[in-house]
Amino acid sequence: MKIAVRYGADAVFIGGQEFGLRSNADNFSLEEMREGVQFAERYKARIYVTTNIIAHNENMEGLKEYLKGIEAAGVHGIIVADPLIIETCKQAAPKLEIHLSTQQSLSNWKAVQFWKEEGLERVVLARETSHEEIKEMKENVDIEIETFIHGAMCIAYSGRCVLSNHMTARDSNRGGCCQSCRWDYDLMKQRDSEADKNVFPTQSAPFAMSPKDLNLLHSIPKMCDIGIDSLKIEGRMKSIHYVATVVSVYRQVIDAYCEDPDNFTIKEEWVRELAKCANRDTASAFYEGVPSFEEQMYGKDNGIRKTNYVFAGMVIDFDMETNTATIQQRNLFKVGDKIEFFGPEIGGFSQRVAAIWDENEQQIDKANHPLQIVKIKVDRPVYPYNMMRRENH
Amino acid sequence: MKKPELVVTPGNLEDIGILAEAGADAFIIGEQAFGLRLAGEFKREQLRKAVQLIHNYDKKAYVAVNGIFHNEKLDAMKDYVSFVESIDADAIIFGDPAVLMTVREVAPNMKLHWSTETTGTNWYTANYWGRKGSKRAVLAKELNLDQVTEIKENAEVEIEVQVHGMTAMFQSKRLLIGNYFRYQGRAMEIERKGKDENLYLYDHERDNRYPIFEDENGTHIMSPNDVCMIDELDELVDSGIDALKIDFIFKSASYKKEVTALYRKAIDTYLNDENEYFKQAGEWHAKIENIQPKNRKLDTGFFFKETVY
Repeated sequence: MKIAVRYGADAVFIGGQEFGLRSNADNFSLEEMREGVQFAERYKARIYVTTNIIAHNENMEGLKEYLKGIEAAGVHGIIVADPLIIETCKQAAPKLEIHLSTQQSLSNWKAVQFWKEEGLERVVLARETSHEEIKEMKENVDIEIETFIHGAMCIAYSGRCVLSNHMTARDSNRGGCCQSCRWDYDLMKQRDSEADKNVFPTQSAPFAMSPKDLNLLHSIPKMCDIGIDSLKIEGRMKSIHYVATVVSVYRQVIDAYCEDPDNFTIKEEWVRELAKCANRDTASAFYEGVPSFEEQMYGKDNGIRKTNYVFAGMVIDFDMETNTATIQQRNLFKVGDKIEFFGPEIGGFSQRVAAIWDENEQQIDKANHPLQIVKIKVDRPVYPYNMMRRENH
Repeated sequence: MKKPELVVTPGNLEDIGILAEAGADAFIIGEQAFGLRLAGEFKREQLRKAVQLIHNYDKKAYVAVNGIFHNEKLDAMKDYVSFVESIDADAIIFGDPAVLMTVREVAPNMKLHWSTETTGTNWYTANYWGRKGSKRAVLAKELNLDQVTEIKENAEVEIEVQVHGMTAMFQSKRLLIGNYFRYQGRAMEIERKGKDENLYLYDHERDNRYPIFEDENGTHIMSPNDVCMIDELDELVDSGIDALKIDFIFKSASYKKEVTALYRKAIDTYLNDENEYFKQAGEWHAKIENIQPKNRKLDTGFFFKETVY
């Protein structure tokens, strides 16, 4: 969360320990939320908590207290799918803004109007909505609209898939999704009198419905033009390197376009930069039309992208006199490696690793322990929380 | 004890008479431009005839307008809602709040049944849609029996649950079969692969077969087994549940007739004489098992299954 804010996010959505689709004990406790809010305030950033399960009867227990706790922690709003949680929040925690989750598959302006009349501040649209559709929604209804611009996505209408419930008895709409849509299947034709038959030869790539990740870098100007209020990056279970890279690229694109729309072009370096943290192929999905087979992943390689870059470490200190950076190691790097630093204060630059010292000032030829603290000489000043990535060996 | 309504999904006009005679109390009809995963396609003229026919038998006609609508469909949906009212249907089944808004505008006296397939999971939300104007909530199939009866206990609206047939597991706006054909280089353009193609996805690990088809609404994937609660109706009926639904998508005319008649008999017998019901229930179950289509096993859905998350 802190990395997202430092790298330019105006708001961060986080999962709590309950009532969210990514619930688990590692998520934010109320105490951590409070700390997060205080940190974010220094950057004038806002914190939203996801409470977007489709609740069953037993989930009503403790809901009021939980929402009151979130409100007391100073959180700005919650992202909600179930009217149970919307109504409970209005009563128990009226200071919280209520944003409708994408799990409600909101796809038309009249439904947007419904939720506005219900008193919601903002709606997150279904991922199936296009540029033209969103434009019409903005024209027809006076409400804040938020859409996804980057990250992993559902192949189904979010909230309308219970494959996981049927295949593994895990409830997809309460955070249990086992991602059955990423598995392979055989497409078969049922025949009455004979044995069923594979539609395609069994040696060819099996049926798959795994979507490429969303990437709307090129659509940002259009999105700003029609007045979309909030652009959302999905970053769950992603490294801080991923979050830092994606957030800083979109920050630059949005700022550059808003500052001078007439002379704006997408810079090649932004595209290259985004590719450095990609772990899947990406596509523009529904914003630019109905996605074809080219926006799905089939076969062995399955679209899993090996970038040429590895998250090598994070700067934790810098000594101006000796041009020495203290680095917390995140992946192996060694003397002679080509590395890049980037961060909001420095933009980016690359150099080679000339020498590495360990905590005891002993010279070593590689940093190969997770979270190892080491020092290296840097060509330019760096700042704490700047990221260091290395090119593949 | 309250007698629950037996709701069925006919495939065509002919089915309606047969299933009404076999004991159905209500029918879900509609067309794919507005309704999801229907057992039959009733365009406007047929819909008009269907409603008349259903009313001639003194039964109820519910029209499915439960699609997920995009802007471009709103005008057509509004026109359709007016039409549905003009032919005197008994209720509109909806999931998208846009339908609710439209019914308020153009057909304020029309009854509404709230049904989203996957999100009808707690009594508070069922009542919430009740306060917005819905008379009935159709529950998600991923609930166990205790959750269903607890919802009924706390509900201020009528509650409907599916007790027999295939259930929907998945809807994508993408044409996933067509995309796969194009990926394989077998098609230059996407032609929707409808229900009549009899396609399914085979899951090797579970030895399961999931029917899959495409229509105007995208791609749908269905459950591998058919729910069958004919021998487990006692707690549902005891709880006072208002409607028991049988979904006949992908089923033959003779199957529909026989299963409807068996459920009719099961409900009436239970209300009349519990012991007699328990005596015969196993036999009814076996009868249905005998007429199940190839590769379609019976199970009890989520009624007795624990789900984690």
